[in-house]
Amino acid sequence: MEREVLEISHLRKQYDGQTVIDDLSLTVHEGEVIVVIGPSGCGKSTLLRCVNALEDIQGGQIRLHGEPISQKSRNLQQLRQKVGMVFQNYELFPHMNVLDNILLAPVKAQKRARREVKEEAMALLGRVGLENRAESYPRQLSGGQKQRVAIVRALCMHPELLLFDEVTAALDPEMVREVLEVILDLADQGRTMLVVTHEMQFARAVADRIIFLDQGRICEEGPPETFFDAPKTERAEKFLKTFTFERKNKSKSGIRPGEEKL
Amino acid sequence: MFSEMLIKLWENGIILKGVWETIYMTTLSSLIAYIIGLPLGVVLSVTSGEGIRPIPWLNRVLGLAVNFFRSIPFIILMVAMLPVAKWIVGVSLGNRAMIVMLVIAATPYVARMVESSLKEVDSGVVEAAQSMGTGNQQIVWKVLLPEARPSLATGAVISMVTILGYSAMAATIGGTGLGQIAISYGHQRFQPDVTWCCVFLTVIIVQIIQELGAWTAKKIDKRRRG
Repeated sequence: MEREVLEISHLRKQYDGQTVIDDLSLTVHEGEVIVVIGPSGCGKSTLLRCVNALEDIQGGQIRLHGEPISQKSRNLQQLRQKVGMVFQNYELFPHMNVLDNILLAPVKAQKRARREVKEEAMALLGRVGLENRAESYPRQLSGGQKQRVAIVRALCMHPELLLFDEVTAALDPEMVREVLEVILDLADQGRTMLVVTHEMQFARAVADRIIFLDQGRICEEGPPETFFDAPKTERAEKFLKTFTFERKNKSKSGIRPGEEKL
Repeated sequence: MFSEMLIKLWENGIILKGVWETIYMTTLSSLIAYIIGLPLGVVLSVTSGEGIRPIPWLNRVLGLAVNFFRSIPFIILMVAMLPVAKWIVGVSLGNRAMIVMLVIAATPYVARMVESSLKEVDSGVVEAAQSMGTGNQQIVWKVLLPEARPSLATGAVISMVTILGYSAMAATIGGTGLGQIAISYGHQRFQPDVTWCCVFLTVIIVQIIQELGAWTAKKIDKRRRG
């Protein structure tokens, strides 16, 4: 078995007394791609935010390479630098151009040499097809381009774990693909990733393991083929059905004007 | 057409001197108010419950102090603060004392302006910076203040116009400037055209501040096109 990168044990998260995550345990191994799916409000985004200590937790523990990470961690800044996060709404700094957006944390937080990071940033921008947008401001980019910049920004920190929080949910359908292809490429490079998404086809393609969350608990988990083709739980089956559509009476003849029956 | 008084005031250069004194008092007071109020506003915003480093007691103490000074009408504050002015600049009369009053009155106002500008910064980008392990100090310098710049500039214009208004009131207890000319020549010697002349000049000064501020805000706003 590969080395464990992330170990979540008995995690409990509450907002104003309401339990959002309930006794959740999950281990992510090096190079593993885990896709978390589930109905809205099931706690999947909250789970990612807890892993990066953007939320305080009420119980359990999250360990990154054995080190506990929470808002109380004394070396929280160092720990967060090892976890790259990409958000649904990109969250690029609007007053900085693309390059400065990428360089801020590596130069200011990690104290790396600007020139070295810049070279890396330009190379990564090239990989996602944005080498000529380094001087652009976020407002000049499309949603898909912004999200690719956000991914590069996360990668430049050399994270040991990448978190993707519904990164295509705010995108037009045509831009979804350009972003998902970048993530697939990262998976092929052997990156360790925790992905929250509503794109089921993508989840199936990219995941090593699917985690199905419902009401803050892991309801079902397993390899994507098993999960999508033969879900074990009724809840998962019901959830997957929401992605397929059928019409009950397609063969019936239409109603002529004036004959509508209500 | 104009009263003899107005012509005399103009010819003696008293009106131009008044314009200069008003500009001088407003600018200097605003500058000092910002030197103290900007950090204060940052602390208020950062230590609040939704801030990046909540410190409830500090926020509460500063918030109460700011509210205390802001709730006193300026004309009363001026009188009450005369001893303080004497203690700081050695006199309780004239423009130097007035600048102390203006700073005391304007700083809490500026602090609230700055606080609200910083709170407007999208919490998402602040979280993004946090998620990358950026320290709080760096977030203030590299994210909060730069992202809030257009709003800070707009706030500075509002603050300056308010301070200009205060500076005219300072004439009632010994300040100089256009306010003093309007009161002692226009009002007390019944020369309405002197008052109107002061009004006209004040409007022009305010207009210049507004235009400069709007131009600056637009110039530094990278979110908009053009």
